[in-house]
Amino acid sequence: MSLFLETLIGGLLAGTMYSLVAIGFVLIYKASGVFNYAQGSILLFAALTFVSLTDQGVPAIASVAVTIAILILTAIAIERLVLRPLTNRSPMTLFMATLGLAYIVEGVAQGIMGSQVRALDLGIEDLPIFVGDILISQFDLIAASVALALVIALSLLFNRTRIGIALRGVADDTRAAQSIGIDINRIWQIVWAVAGIVGLVAGLLWGARQGVQFSLSLVVLKALPVLIIGGFTSIAGAIVGGLIVGAGESLAETYIGPFLGGGITPWFAYALALVFLYIRPAGLFGERQIERV
Amino acid sequence: MTASPPPALEINDISLSFKGVKAISNLSFRVEREEICALIGPNGAGKSSLLNILNGVYVPDAGEIVFEGEHFHRMQPLKAARRGIGRGFQNNALFSGMSVADNVIAGLSRHSRVTLIEEALRLPRARSEAGRFRQRALDVLHLFGLERQADILVGTLPYGVQKKVELARAIVGEPRLLLLDEPLAGMNAAEKQEIAEIIGRLNRELKLTIVLIEHDIGIVLKLAHHVVVLDYGRKLADGLPETIRDNPDVIAAYLGSEYREIAA
Repeated sequence: MSLFLETLIGGLLAGTMYSLVAIGFVLIYKASGVFNYAQGSILLFAALTFVSLTDQGVPAIASVAVTIAILILTAIAIERLVLRPLTNRSPMTLFMATLGLAYIVEGVAQGIMGSQVRALDLGIEDLPIFVGDILISQFDLIAASVALALVIALSLLFNRTRIGIALRGVADDTRAAQSIGIDINRIWQIVWAVAGIVGLVAGLLWGARQGVQFSLSLVVLKALPVLIIGGFTSIAGAIVGGLIVGAGESLAETYIGPFLGGGITPWFAYALALVFLYIRPAGLFGERQIERV
Repeated sequence: MTASPPPALEINDISLSFKGVKAISNLSFRVEREEICALIGPNGAGKSSLLNILNGVYVPDAGEIVFEGEHFHRMQPLKAARRGIGRGFQNNALFSGMSVADNVIAGLSRHSRVTLIEEALRLPRARSEAGRFRQRALDVLHLFGLERQADILVGTLPYGVQKKVELARAIVGEPRLLLLDEPLAGMNAAEKQEIAEIIGRLNRELKLTIVLIEHDIGIVLKLAHHVVVLDYGRKLADGLPETIRDNPDVIAAYLGSEYREIAA
């Protein structure tokens, strides 16, 4: 029983890391109706900027502030150069644009900051601790707390402020939002900047785990099954989807893995997502058909 | 002697086509301040297209719009809203996942003076503005008798009530010109009467200039001060409701038997 609990809890905690990545997608999908393939690259770009700054001896807090400032400028540039000129184009056009954007961001980031693997030390010890008789990774616990704090901050921003009202308005009906005086271009800038900051948090946590390098941008592929399970339009969905994928992977590896010779983790989430596509194509919390992707 | 103020709206020689099909041809008319101008005409006459030009959703091929003396070749939805042109849509375009009050508060966007940073950190100015906006929204809802529904999700309300919320959202920002696309469509007779009364009151009490599209001729003749009849994108007639009612071209093209029933 304690093995089961340990596996489950470990999986759920790891799942929050997936949720964190998926939330960045949901924010942008809701506000601008586009599956932002570049989210992974932005995550890499954010983590790489942070590491490059700290490597130069810049204190961590200042590095975070500078990175956030750069992400905000990036968001404004993306809105001006990509989203605004392509307003009202088909979702496929926008998707292709973000695909191109992904390679540009990645290329520029690695061109300036190099492509070697960089170690990122957040000062969190990755030693497991005992809670009762269950062994839990300290790092996972902290990562999960950070994810929780971020989700609370986001939900306050979107539910308690007028920006939140405007954002939900844009997500619901762009045309009506514009005609009552909501500046959608500004909302896009805000949302892309917030998604960038979410990407920074995710990038730092993932980067601390596996080093900051090109493969960090591939977490975008890990977010896909999470989004299919949770739904593309719901932050709650991204959280639940991440938890399901995390717990599912972990349990499957422990209990089914031995029968299949192990190595289930890389594909289990996709198999699970396929099952969800059969029975609930809009995801658990999704509003629209995901064919828009 | 001062020059009299320009009319609320002038439409000068506007043309619009979609892929070569003319939707509006050389249309001109003016809307005086504080009047209710009704656009009538059969489906496909170009009425909705015209409203879409007026608030910048469509760009006309030719012609210009003069809003309160200022000339525009093209509007943009945001610019129109900021200049004081409010808009209601044919099918309610409310934010269905939001409460009635939040929908109305969204209509105050153009009046916000608080910066993003203040808003995100909930600084005092942001809080006091949020309080004022909420109060303003409740005041407007009170006009519509909806203050008790303020915190209900708008998507769960009946259609007629939603229509009132949409009107509340459109006027809360104090537009000087309100464009309404079939505000009475899909309603029963009692609801139509109620909404028509509200529209008349908004016009009288808030001195709001209104351009509306409506098919119910009985209500148009009672409510409007000025009627413009469109047919195939051209202006067929333009004048007082009484003269429109008696115009033989209009009777032939549009009013037809429907009109005679009402007159009888």
